[in-house]
Amino acid sequence: MNIHEYQAKQIFAKYGVPTPKGKIANSVEEAVEAAKELGGPVWVVKAQIHAGGRGLGGGVKLAKSLDEVKELADEILGMTLVTHQTGPEGKLVQKVYIEDGADIQDELYLSVVLDRAAEMPIIMASTEGGMDIETVAEKTPEKIIKVQVDPSIGFQGFHGRELVFGLGITDKVQQKNMINFAKKLYTLYMENDAEMIEINPLIRTGEGEFIALDGKMGFDDSALGRHPDIEAMRDLSEEDPDEREAAQYGLSYIALDGEIGCMVNGAGLAMGTMDTINYMGGTPANFLDVGGSANAETVAKGFEIILKNPNVKAIFVNIFGGIVRCDRIANGILEATKLVDVHVPVIVRLDGTNAPEAAEILKNANISNVIAAEDLADGAAKAVAAAKGEL
Amino acid sequence: MSILVNKDTKVIVQGFTGKEGTFHAEQCLAYGTNIVGGVTPNKGGQEHLGKPVFNTVKDAVDTTGATVSMIFVPPAFVADAVMEAADAGIDLAVIITEGAPVRDMMFAKQYATKHNMKTIGPNCPGIITADECKIGIMPGMIFKKGNVGLISKSGTLTYEGANQVVKEGFGITTAVGIGGDPIIGLSYKQLLPMFEADPETEAIVMIGEIGGDLEIQAAKLIKEQITKPVVAFIAGQTAPKGKRMGHAGAIISGSAGTAAEKMAALEAAGVKVVVSPAEIGKAVAEVLANK
Repeated sequence: MNIHEYQAKQIFAKYGVPTPKGKIANSVEEAVEAAKELGGPVWVVKAQIHAGGRGLGGGVKLAKSLDEVKELADEILGMTLVTHQTGPEGKLVQKVYIEDGADIQDELYLSVVLDRAAEMPIIMASTEGGMDIETVAEKTPEKIIKVQVDPSIGFQGFHGRELVFGLGITDKVQQKNMINFAKKLYTLYMENDAEMIEINPLIRTGEGEFIALDGKMGFDDSALGRHPDIEAMRDLSEEDPDEREAAQYGLSYIALDGEIGCMVNGAGLAMGTMDTINYMGGTPANFLDVGGSANAETVAKGFEIILKNPNVKAIFVNIFGGIVRCDRIANGILEATKLVDVHVPVIVRLDGTNAPEAAEILKNANISNVIAAEDLADGAAKAVAAAKGEL
Repeated sequence: MSILVNKDTKVIVQGFTGKEGTFHAEQCLAYGTNIVGGVTPNKGGQEHLGKPVFNTVKDAVDTTGATVSMIFVPPAFVADAVMEAADAGIDLAVIITEGAPVRDMMFAKQYATKHNMKTIGPNCPGIITADECKIGIMPGMIFKKGNVGLISKSGTLTYEGANQVVKEGFGITTAVGIGGDPIIGLSYKQLLPMFEADPETEAIVMIGEIGGDLEIQAAKLIKEQITKPVVAFIAGQTAPKGKRMGHAGAIISGSAGTAAEKMAALEAAGVKVVVSPAEIGKAVAEVLANK
């Protein structure tokens, strides 16, 4: 789960990580009120969406008067912001964060993520703040300092020294400030089961203080149960409504831009099915994992969600029945076709336990748009042909 | 022969009397797995599925001499269960549970390693040595005995792969579902050398997916140490960037962890890489014919 910048900064503040003063606003009036309370003389009006690149997209602007705050809030609220992370459709801005202007001497980068290979958190820092870190990593990898922190000992002095010397910070007060900053960030990463924290830019002020000018945080979904305060920060409007609906039924769904709807049990096989469709010359319309216990209700829900996508020209149901027997799944599919009006060809491949019985059930049902397939390759080929109207 | 587990392996089940634990322990017993007991706190002294229940893993190990534990406890208690198993001297913990917090696994795996306990999973179908021992949730009858070892991050692709190998007239020595979480126990790097050393295994199938770099590490190891033919499939060639594809670990972060980079690394290491899982069986037949 991801949160907004203003929410990340609330968490930062709780741990004593320095941030500029700011207030969240849902309307132009609230924005002006927030600016008055902050006092100025300079404010930054920042669109709150779950995507990076907001500045370049025109979602972050400087205001030098209350009139300007009003003007900018009016412009940004309700705009559809397109950045390199939103996709071409962009995201609707429903909230703006009004923040004190900051005295920026230079911009750094700091993040904490899980190093999967080392199986521990890693702190990454760079003097090249304000730039896309992927670009920095590609063009000047020597400018990224990486410090792994073994959770069994936690953040120690030497971790901090590696960071500050790596960043070329020579002033002793600044060294102390940066070490404290990083240590607090590591602590809040661990205590909140964060998946990633990224501060880009982290600024150094004219007075040598370090401040989180931006803040991005993502959390481990599996751990949200023990963090009700973070769960409460969930912004449903930032999530895809179809993905969310699917999740409520225990289905894992991701929309893609192809023509063949996929319904599969297991994440790996679901990806493998998309890959096979692609390999056979078709295009997958979605990723959909119906989980281990595919039954009539989940299959019906799957059909419903897949068919919301008007591009879908055929559906490929690919189930490898293990503990759940294929004959039961076949009956579930037949029942589902009665619950949902399925107006496109449905290719069904059932393999595994009781597969021959399942094939018999589908054959006997004699539904014109339900076509049985022998195996994965046959099913994918038939689905591709059906989508082209050649079946 | 086989790797890690066989018909003599003594297995206990943590979370024995729960719904999932009961259902799958029963299936494992029916398959022939030597389950010698289980652990459910406060139910010690009872009998379940004809086997003794213990309050602690220590009690279970002391009484039964079990060396492997199959873990079915709810996600929030997984780390505790893994560490208890390590502390009690278990050699291998097979963690089936899905949804264990990553931070918990960070600590649990460190503790397990410190106690020389191997782990498989979490969020995995388990391990099976055909016709001998099934520790997990996979449908046993697919895994006919044979000469192919299988390692997979995905449950259903494990079944798909094994099924195709069998349809081609071959079979499986041991199949290991290593799980799709960001932090997992045994992976390709540890399992490939075990299959290399197993005299019965003549070819190895490895099934990976997007996210992380375990497959890249595997490619390096294969180049240096593995002489047996390896067939690989990497799921998620058509997966979009930045989206979590069902498994917690199946995500392309930035430009890292793509299927393309993993496939290229494996190919460069001499692995027969297939672009569709539908080709796994044929590829295995091919590499075995060329041996």
